[in-house]
Amino acid sequence: MSDADWMALVTTLKLSAVTTLVLLLLGTPVAWWLARTKSRFSVAVEAVVALPLVLPPTVLGFYMLVALGPNGPIGGTLITLGWHHLAFSFSGLVIASTLYSLPFMVQPLKDAFAAVGERMTEVAATLRANAWDRFFSVVVPLSRRGFLTAITLTFAHTVGEFGVVLMVGGNIPGETRVLSIAIYDHAEAMDYASAHVLAGGLLAASFLLLFMVYFLNRRYQVVHL
Amino acid sequence: MNGESIQARFRLAYPDFTLDVDLDLPGRGVTALFGPSGSGKTTLLRLIAGLARTPDGYLAMKGEVWQDGADFLPTHRRSLGYVFQEASLFPHLSARGNLDYGMKRADACLDRAALDHVIDLLGIGGLLDRRPHQLSGGERQRVAIARALAVKPRLLLMDEPLAALDLARKREILPYLERLHDELEIPVLYVSHAPDEVARLADHIVALEAGRVAAQGPLLDTLARVDLPIRLGEDAGVVLDTVVEERDSDWHLARVSFAGGGLWVRDGGHAVGHPARVRILARDVSLALNRQEGTSILNTLPAAVVEIAPDAHPAQALVRLDLGGSPLLARVTRRSAAALNLTPGQCLYAQVKAVALVG
Repeated sequence: MSDADWMALVTTLKLSAVTTLVLLLLGTPVAWWLARTKSRFSVAVEAVVALPLVLPPTVLGFYMLVALGPNGPIGGTLITLGWHHLAFSFSGLVIASTLYSLPFMVQPLKDAFAAVGERMTEVAATLRANAWDRFFSVVVPLSRRGFLTAITLTFAHTVGEFGVVLMVGGNIPGETRVLSIAIYDHAEAMDYASAHVLAGGLLAASFLLLFMVYFLNRRYQVVHL
Repeated sequence: MNGESIQARFRLAYPDFTLDVDLDLPGRGVTALFGPSGSGKTTLLRLIAGLARTPDGYLAMKGEVWQDGADFLPTHRRSLGYVFQEASLFPHLSARGNLDYGMKRADACLDRAALDHVIDLLGIGGLLDRRPHQLSGGERQRVAIARALAVKPRLLLMDEPLAALDLARKREILPYLERLHDELEIPVLYVSHAPDEVARLADHIVALEAGRVAAQGPLLDTLARVDLPIRLGEDAGVVLDTVVEERDSDWHLARVSFAGGGLWVRDGGHAVGHPARVRILARDVSLALNRQEGTSILNTLPAAVVEIAPDAHPAQALVRLDLGGSPLLARVTRRSAAALNLTPGQCLYAQVKAVALVG
């Protein structure tokens, strides 16, 4: 692997880790709200969260590019505040992939939270636990499998994204050039040997990751968590 | 206004159900919230626990206001213990972990000796290291009761704790509940639709019907009311608190006495002098103008007619009797009542076909 490919690997891992962390913080409350709310808005919110599943990545990437670029509402505002716009930057990439991977974090968590049921939190309330305490001492441990699935899927999905990155991030080595784009470059340049190394590695790593998730999920199930 | 009682006023209107109660519940002993399903028992219990909320409510627990309209103390700040109908142990914790959960968080909890006593009382000492899925339904419910008591609540709420159990498990757990009843200093609100549980465990009863209080008062008096038994249907009957007077080992019978007489019952193993609660169903009591000879019935008691009331079925009547101070109900046909010319004040004999020793 060339230095450029190593750099792409590091960028990819960094992007996926940051995206997963951001989504864990943002997606958990959204999933909790969706699992417990009786509001009529929840259907609309759920549909919005699921949008990235069906939209072509280029559509999302295009809108993000417009919004984050120098003339967009977000990028433009940042410039008037004396900052940089976010198109073709790592930060822009994080924002775009956060949106793009949102359903992969929210859906498994929502299902896990719903499966915990209200009875368990009611029991905790009668045992003097306040709302935060109930969430962390009862809901989180009982949703371990959901968290495992959500984190893994989000991470793996971010590693694998291509269209959004290409639109928003471009192809700047060390900043926005990730593995999937490096593979595309190698294939374009007819350097199939390098493309094979990266593609094969990605395939194997993704398989291993998912294998681990399903294995752990099954094991937890056997011991009744 | 009473600082020793529990005052609960709630009004709650759903499209298909209205709850409207105003209760002054005793500050000690077991109060049964009794009624058919859909009568609002569980809703009332949840309102008292703060698990459900209605703006139109007032709740004071021995002088401490838990809710006054919108002023609402959240559940986790109320000094209560709650036992749910079905197994509600945290599956990710051992039985001991479940006990510890509340104790770690409560302002006051049982000290070691008191906790050991509760563990002993409920017979769960050998189960503490097990996970909930390794326990039987009855064992889980006993751990859940211990968990609720471990936080040293000022009020214990139990929502049909036996309803999800089969008959064998019920029989297994009832003695533990009776022991608790004898030892607990705190008031217990016990939701049930099973008359036999109420007869065994309760000191007071609140009968709910379609979200309203149909009757309330001390158990023994309230069960003997002729207007309430209509609602109890086949289970109409009285409960008497008696003392074991003598035991007849030849026939495995025990004689229990109460104000107004004595009864032979099947020997339940209680020692002489031990209190025993018996239940006599109205359908097991027949009436005769003279003391009968040559009958298999062991218990014939002189009684006076107090009141005759219509029963659920138009063919029947409920007769309230007075046994020298203790009440008794008899279910007879209206034709028999007419044939005997039953009138209030009349003296006759009550023949008791069956007496159940319930505690």
